[in-house]
Amino acid sequence: MSQNSQAPRGEMVKIMLNGAEVQADPHWSLLEAIQFYGIDIPTLCHDEGLTPYGVCRLCVVEIGSGDKTKLVASCMHPVWEGLEVRTHSNRVIKTRKTILELLIARCPSSKKLQDMAALLELKEVRFEPLNDDCILCGLCVRMCEEQMGAKAIGFAGRGPERYITTPFDMNSEECRKCGACMYICPVVELRCQGPQAETVLCSGCINTEPVCAPDYGEAMCFMVPCLSCVKGPEDVK
Amino acid sequence: MTANESKVDSIIDEYNAEPGSLISILQDIQLEYNYLPEESLEYVAKILDIPRVQVFGVATFFKAFSLKPKGKQQIHVCMGTACHVRGSKKVLEELERKLEIKAGDTTDDGEYTLETVNCVGACALGPVVVENEKYHGEMTPIKVESLLNSKKV
Ligand code: SF4
Ligand code: SF4
Ligand code: SF4
Ligand code: FES
Ligand code: FES
Repeated sequence: MSQNSQAPRGEMVKIMLNGAEVQADPHWSLLEAIQFYGIDIPTLCHDEGLTPYGVCRLCVVEIGSGDKTKLVASCMHPVWEGLEVRTHSNRVIKTRKTILELLIARCPSSKKLQDMAALLELKEVRFEPLNDDCILCGLCVRMCEEQMGAKAIGFAGRGPERYITTPFDMNSEECRKCGACMYICPVVELRCQGPQAETVLCSGCINTEPVCAPDYGEAMCFMVPCLSCVKGPEDVK
Repeated sequence: MTANESKVDSIIDEYNAEPGSLISILQDIQLEYNYLPEESLEYVAKILDIPRVQVFGVATFFKAFSLKPKGKQQIHVCMGTACHVRGSKKVLEELERKLEIKAGDTTDDGEYTLETVNCVGACALGPVVVENEKYHGEMTPIKVESLLNSKKV
């Protein structure tokens, strides 16, 4: 952490955000600063109400200048005076897409990941699909502990065998069945059954014409991504 | 309080019931019973006042801990790169055949537990089989028989 974290509240530092000099509160994380200025970068394991965890790496940005640049996870990175940040450099975009590819290969069924792929215009997934149902983002564990105060679930095992579970893999008496863990899980919501429901990458939203186009022409709604209105193949014209 | 609890109690006391000493406490329990009995983990969580799932997470994270009872003879076959290229796989297969168990399992009579490890730091001696604390270098499938027999009285 920078020595700035001790700075009194109210004193701002200057950072270079995509070439523009802006003020940032030294108590913010880099992600908070980026979001404050309205720049949209994808995040997955981050949630405003929970402790940053830094595992998905989707919030990657490039810091530094000249030949001293590096990629960092912005949700875990502090801001300091003079910090240079690029949120959409070629290197960042390429890395972000590769990370998303890896995540999708693990859980192709997640709507959240498929939507993200559409927004980032991901065209292919070069990795073998695992069809797992958990990406180990740890959101459920933090939700249960920090917001629900139950501490009913956690990680077990290590490496490829790591998984989310209850103590001793048994029905846990700590769990109050509040459902918060499911509410926050990015994999729990299944992808829409659009044009390519069986493939690793749906890409329905980028490959198909908006279904409303024939009726309303250019006047599109604000659903993100476009085509979220599609419920089944019969809706696609 | 059961006999087990008083044993676990004295281990916990040695570390002043410090949550930060969880790993050391589990190590001592593992040493005492050769595995981590579930009740002892429940008890540790209760006394240290930490979530049960945290104790479970630590207990399943380290390979040195086991939640299943282990055999009296613990046989570890090195599957590290050096031992692997020198044929440790054949040694493992022979052990599996002789003991009639798969790696990771314990024989029904509770005598042997067979496990694999990745490099025990004695690569020059490979293939290495560690039997309890004893190292056997340059193992071959043929030597497996005598290794097992040396244990029988
Ligand atoms: S449903 Fe149970 S495990 Fe999930 S957040 Fe609530 S208490 Fe925790
Ligand atoms: S169950 Fe869901 S929220 Fe929990 S770690 Fe897995 S993907 Fe994340
Ligand atoms: S999401 Fe909106 S713009 Fe896209 S097809 Fe559906 S109604 Fe049209
Ligand atoms: S959002 Fe930063 S690592 Fe996941
Ligand atoms: S590879 Fe077996 S001891 Fe190193």
